[in-house]
Amino acid sequence: MKKIGTWQRLRRTPYQSGAAILIMTLTFFVTGIFFVLASFSSSILTYFESKPQVTAFFTDKKDINSIKNLEAQLKATGKVSHTKYISKEEALSIYKEQNKNDPLLLEMVTAEILPASLEVQASDPDYLGEINSILQNEPEVEEVIFQKEIVDSLLSWTSTIRKVGLIVVAILLFVSLSILVTIIGMKIALMKEEIEVLKLVGATGSYIRMPFIMEGIFYGLVGALISWSTLYILLLYITPSIGTFLKGITALSLFSYSGYNVTIWPVSILFMSLLLLVEIVLGMGIGIIGSLLAVKRYLKS
Amino acid sequence: MVRFNNVTKTFPNRKVALSSVDFTISDGEFVFLVGPSGAGKTTVLRLIFHELLPTSGSVFINDIEVNKLKDDQIPFLRRKIGYIFQDFKILHTRTAAENISVTLEILGQKKEVIDKKVKGILETVGLLDKANYFPSQLSLGELQRIAIGRAVIGNADIILADEPTGNLDPKTSWEILKLISNINKMGKTIIMASHNIDMVNSLKKRVIAIVDGKQVKSTKVYY
Ligand SMILES: Nc1ncnc2c1ncn2[C@@H]1O[C@H](COP(=O)(O)OP(=O)(O)O)[C@@H](O)[C@H]1O
Ligand SMILES: [Mg+2]
Repeated sequence: MKKIGTWQRLRRTPYQSGAAILIMTLTFFVTGIFFVLASFSSSILTYFESKPQVTAFFTDKKDINSIKNLEAQLKATGKVSHTKYISKEEALSIYKEQNKNDPLLLEMVTAEILPASLEVQASDPDYLGEINSILQNEPEVEEVIFQKEIVDSLLSWTSTIRKVGLIVVAILLFVSLSILVTIIGMKIALMKEEIEVLKLVGATGSYIRMPFIMEGIFYGLVGALISWSTLYILLLYITPSIGTFLKGITALSLFSYSGYNVTIWPVSILFMSLLLLVEIVLGMGIGIIGSLLAVKRYLKS
Repeated sequence: MVRFNNVTKTFPNRKVALSSVDFTISDGEFVFLVGPSGAGKTTVLRLIFHELLPTSGSVFINDIEVNKLKDDQIPFLRRKIGYIFQDFKILHTRTAAENISVTLEILGQKKEVIDKKVKGILETVGLLDKANYFPSQLSLGELQRIAIGRAVIGNADIILADEPTGNLDPKTSWEILKLISNINKMGKTIIMASHNIDMVNSLKKRVIAIVDGKQVKSTKVYY
């Protein structure tokens, strides 16, 4: 004399249940990817924005004393918070560190072909222009690389990722919501007889609705969990490639809140928990909304 | 107490199924609702159950005016009424026992309690040995017993039976009538639609007769 529970209901219609879980998983997987991409790009942006930096590369004729003078001159303006001289030898060791996995690149490069440089950090991004012109006017400066250009191109990337992400995710959410409504509607149709009898023996509306809403939440949660685990495994798998891509950057923080620093690089448990939370909330949300819509549409008394 | 107060029911196709029906049935009474097919017997029962609403007049159960109940109160009305449907409305995916337990499941009763009560009811309706049979493995008479079990297990005060012997052979019919009569002896009010004159006469109970939607007599017959 068993009661017909959610599990039995799922097993009665394995194809519909499978389809519901599949579309949810797909939706949350893509949502997760965009969430990670958007988080990465915005934290890289913050990283560069927090480092208002100009780098001047010198020709081989530039001697160390005139560089010392230049440093003093820059510091005297009071608009520079930090300067760092990088000699040809230091440049080589940095290069070696960055490309240690690539012996071919290492062989081709010697200290001779790498320029010495001076990294200048402005105390405020507004001063970057002024510092730039001082460096440009200095003799024997071969090139000035302006972080602003990087920031600008990052900005456009970030906003593109956000826009595309929002559109793709919105479409997917809509599609999976419609599919969920249809699938739960099918289940309601399949249980028409049972629902009729339940009503006749005095079941309340909420008693009849509840299993369908639980089913919707179940699909959302399972989809969120599967896609999150898959994404986590994928992220761990491509971590070395991200490392190469990010080169010198050793740590990226998404944000910090009351002492908790949510690091996105290296991928942290805290960040992944945040993603899980987002996906669970979305999953339950879609599950509840989808099943409520289905119930409203197909469970008319 | 079940009371019809000048009840008229006209269907949207302008078919007048009942016109100006008036009667009062006291608690614990056994009343036959008789009349030819299409007379309006089922319509009376459905009005009591709030499956239909009267076009005019009122239907009372005790002091509650059934036709004025809000949607969310209907389930609670139905828990007080056991309805034995003419077409049984048995679930084919559930066993005999599971069909009977539905009434208690929706109340959220504990499994052990349900199992115990279902066993008792299966015994009452004579299906203890077929508890785990599916409807396709049972005879019409046995399905009728399931329908009766489901109607009475919730301890409803009023039992509505719509031609419960209509499709059954004479022997089974008499058994079912005896069963319903026993339920009445347990104190339940019974309203039973029937067009089997022999049966109606045999019990010597009150008869409400309807012909073509009109109430033709309401006699009190006692033994
Ligand atoms: N939903 C409906 N719409 C239109 N006419 C109906 C409806 N239900 C029943 N009727 C009609 O009302 C009359 C009474 O029906 P019913 O109460 O089922 O009769 P009985 O149960 O006595 O055989 C019949 O003529 C039937 O065709
Ligand atoms: Mg009828």
